[in-house]
Amino acid sequence: MKEVELKMLERAKELLTSGEVARVIGWKKGDFCHDPSPASFETVEELNDFVYDWFCGANLSKYLIQMSKKEGKTAVFLKPCDTYSFNQLVKEHRIKRENMYVIAVECLGKLDVEKMKAKGASMIEGVDVQDEKVTVHTLYGDQEMEKSEVLLVKCETCNKTHQAKDEEIILHERQPKDVNRLAEVEALEAMTEAERFAFWKEQLSKCIRCNACRNVCPACSCIKCVFDNPASGISAKANDSEFEEQMFHIIRAFHVAGRCTDCGECSRVCPQNIPLHLLNRKFIKDIDTLYGEFQAGETTEGKTPLTSYTEEDTEPNDVFNGEAK
Amino acid sequence: MLKIAKERLNELYAAIAEAQALVLPLKKAGEVNYGAWAEGVEVSLETLKTVKSPKDMFFPQSENMMKFKTEGKNIEIIDVRGEKTPTVLFGVKACDYKAIEVLDKVFLADPVDTYYQSRREATTIVTLACSKPEESCFCKAFGIDATNPMGDVTTWIDEAYLYWQANTEKGESLTAVVSALLQEGGEAEVAAQQEKTTAILEKLPFSNLDLSRFTPENLNELFNDSAWEEMSEACLGCGTCTFVCPTCQCFDIRDFKTNEGVVRYRCWDSCMYSDFTLMAHGNSRTTQMQRFRQRFMHKLVYYPSQNDGLYSCVGCGRCVNKCPQRLNIVKVIKTLGGKKND
Amino acid sequence: MTNETLIPKVGVITDIRKDTPDVKTFRVVGTDGKKLFQHMPGQCAMVSVPGVGECMFSITSSPTNEAYMEFSIKKCGCVTEVLHALEVGAQVTVRGPYGRNFPVEEDFKGKDLLFIAGGIGLAPLRSVINYVRHYRENYGKVVIVYGARSKDDLVDIEEIKTEWMNEPNTEVYLTIDRPQEGWDGNVGFVPAYVKELGLDPNMTAVLCGPPIMIKFTLAGLLELGFDKSRVYTTLELRMKCGVGKCGRCNVGDKFVCKDGPVFRMTELDELPDEY
Repeated sequence: MKEVELKMLERAKELLTSGEVARVIGWKKGDFCHDPSPASFETVEELNDFVYDWFCGANLSKYLIQMSKKEGKTAVFLKPCDTYSFNQLVKEHRIKRENMYVIAVECLGKLDVEKMKAKGASMIEGVDVQDEKVTVHTLYGDQEMEKSEVLLVKCETCNKTHQAKDEEIILHERQPKDVNRLAEVEALEAMTEAERFAFWKEQLSKCIRCNACRNVCPACSCIKCVFDNPASGISAKANDSEFEEQMFHIIRAFHVAGRCTDCGECSRVCPQNIPLHLLNRKFIKDIDTLYGEFQAGETTEGKTPLTSYTEEDTEPNDVFNGEAK
Repeated sequence: MLKIAKERLNELYAAIAEAQALVLPLKKAGEVNYGAWAEGVEVSLETLKTVKSPKDMFFPQSENMMKFKTEGKNIEIIDVRGEKTPTVLFGVKACDYKAIEVLDKVFLADPVDTYYQSRREATTIVTLACSKPEESCFCKAFGIDATNPMGDVTTWIDEAYLYWQANTEKGESLTAVVSALLQEGGEAEVAAQQEKTTAILEKLPFSNLDLSRFTPENLNELFNDSAWEEMSEACLGCGTCTFVCPTCQCFDIRDFKTNEGVVRYRCWDSCMYSDFTLMAHGNSRTTQMQRFRQRFMHKLVYYPSQNDGLYSCVGCGRCVNKCPQRLNIVKVIKTLGGKKND
Repeated sequence: MTNETLIPKVGVITDIRKDTPDVKTFRVVGTDGKKLFQHMPGQCAMVSVPGVGECMFSITSSPTNEAYMEFSIKKCGCVTEVLHALEVGAQVTVRGPYGRNFPVEEDFKGKDLLFIAGGIGLAPLRSVINYVRHYRENYGKVVIVYGARSKDDLVDIEEIKTEWMNEPNTEVYLTIDRPQEGWDGNVGFVPAYVKELGLDPNMTAVLCGPPIMIKFTLAGLLELGFDKSRVYTTLELRMKCGVGKCGRCNVGDKFVCKDGPVFRMTELDELPDEY
């Protein structure tokens, strides 16, 4: 990963020095080895804090809504999953593509420090990754972990490839994973209605209505969210123990259906670790089943299943009655 | 000092819960938060940081305040509060206990917030000393001793026992309720644990944050610092930091129409939200930088300026762990605290 | 239900006066027909229509009015829209009084007073002007400068013409932004008019109106030689609790609801510029 970071840094310096771009969007170092933040860099000096490591899980695409409106060109480092959100935002006219310069960067999966802590690692000082093994260096000594056990949830089943790039920095090829990303959805579908209801009730009742899932979501790009409209008579921040209140997440999943690229940011940012991505994946699975395989964000053009009509489309009533083709 | 063997803790919980409500850290759907004890729940006392702090016990995230019944032009106002159940809040860490003092200074200041006060008075607080603080903890920077958290009763826990020491009259009354389960002893074990924990606390990376620049005299210097723009750049404007924070106390009051009249409720609010200061004719904070700045200035400068220098951060580190983009008060303290006034 | 901070009292609207196309003045008493509570000039109250919301308004009537309270309210948002649709006899809820009043019993006593208002900014000033009129012997000369967009937007023009203009040792200057048929008074913005009038800088001044008016009028006063420590104004920010707890109206180490709304200009200079 270090050599990738150095290459990226080199390119960022070149682009800023030559004036080809006005800013570069990437990540900057935090206080630990595991807390980098998204950042924009406008000068070579600022790049002293630049970092690209195993903890750069954040999706930078949503920042580009603001950045692409700024003066001059903006270069951005995008991981494979980020490029789907990027394309979707370009398609929805939220990002001005002509103002962007996309550098596709390699990603071998990003790590989740919370999972490491849950495995007993405390005072983490650094990590080394060798294929499928992670060595966690702590104040109290080294700890070995399986990489697959400490990946961010969104990386566990990721087989995404770059869908947008003006150039690339890829030093290591990633082997496709033999996983079914819909397995958890299938498990939920296999439950009885009562079991499924109990599952979601328990999960969603943890929600603290912080709105991190919505604010981080590249598909939630409305300037003013319906939940923030005072005239709607609803409150996006009042949390109630009643399950009905948690309809928020289901409504939100409806709002992003057909546009959600399964970037998994919602689950990554949830302070209560609610598996919100499963709601979205259920919609993805249904869309695939009812209208044919579709992956949002693969392109910046073309029709999408939920925004186009054909006479052969499944009738809502058939879906409701379980008679959909 | 008194003690009880760890395997008998369930008996202790049951004895407390017989006479009053017992609220303590419970693991549910994978996460640990404060909740009411009942037979069969999964208690997780050792969890260092519950996702939400126990502030809900006194200042719930949402609470109904009053009802309005309207008939024709007439309005009747109904106070919907009932008697508060006596409650024992168990397992509160030193940082969260200090946070209650921070909240007290807001809600119990004249004019007293009686919604908060009645819950506060009905609650006996049993604290639990930390023995395994981690890298995101920085209570020491705010002068908090995680090994001696106080409250009505202080407890310590090790491999074998939970040690118990009453500090107040409320604590003595609670001790009387469970005295049959407790036995004498534990001074040496507690002292040994405190010594060991203190040594870890010394080594924590944020334990010695320099707060010296955060004084009322520097209010405008800090407010006008150019670093806010860069520090807040990645902020999503969500309310995670606010809602997991044990001292954040901003709220909204709203009305909700129901079939049986109008309910006026209050709920937590966040200065990070764009509509927090929105008025019919404008907004005093239009950028996320301003909102971000407000939150940290309030914790580190405004609140201390109103409350004899008491910071409204207790170093619990929840925001350090939970901010989606890894922005937090430590980064703010380091960035601004290290600078000299221009 | 006594002495509760957040639980309001029921008020009955006994009179509604339409002052301007978008300002109405509501007269409110308790359900027993008596005044709801005592206040001092400049203080505010939370008025609410249950189910719609609660808003902070300055109490327009003078404390010396023992019979009722009045609120002059401009239609500009959800709550005010509904208030404007109410009829006499309707009930609302009221809680207060909140905030720090004008120092009428301290700094203002024995001084010559200059009141400058723009538009609905007259609302908080009407309370203090009528208080001063009531205890006229305690104060020196009174000068009132009041401006609005048009003659139809001058709030309380009847009271100004019939009472204030006839008050001894009192000067009243009115101005409107643009020339208008049937108006033979001054035309021009308040800040410019204030400079033209060449006012005595030894007066204690109170400014109230839109932020832009305050900014330019203050600059004008300073040019005339006024001292900032004798210039007062009121701030308005979003409020929910009214008692310095909900956090909304926090500016620097002050809460506008509790430490304001009345501020001396020298106090505002110490606050961060975020109001």
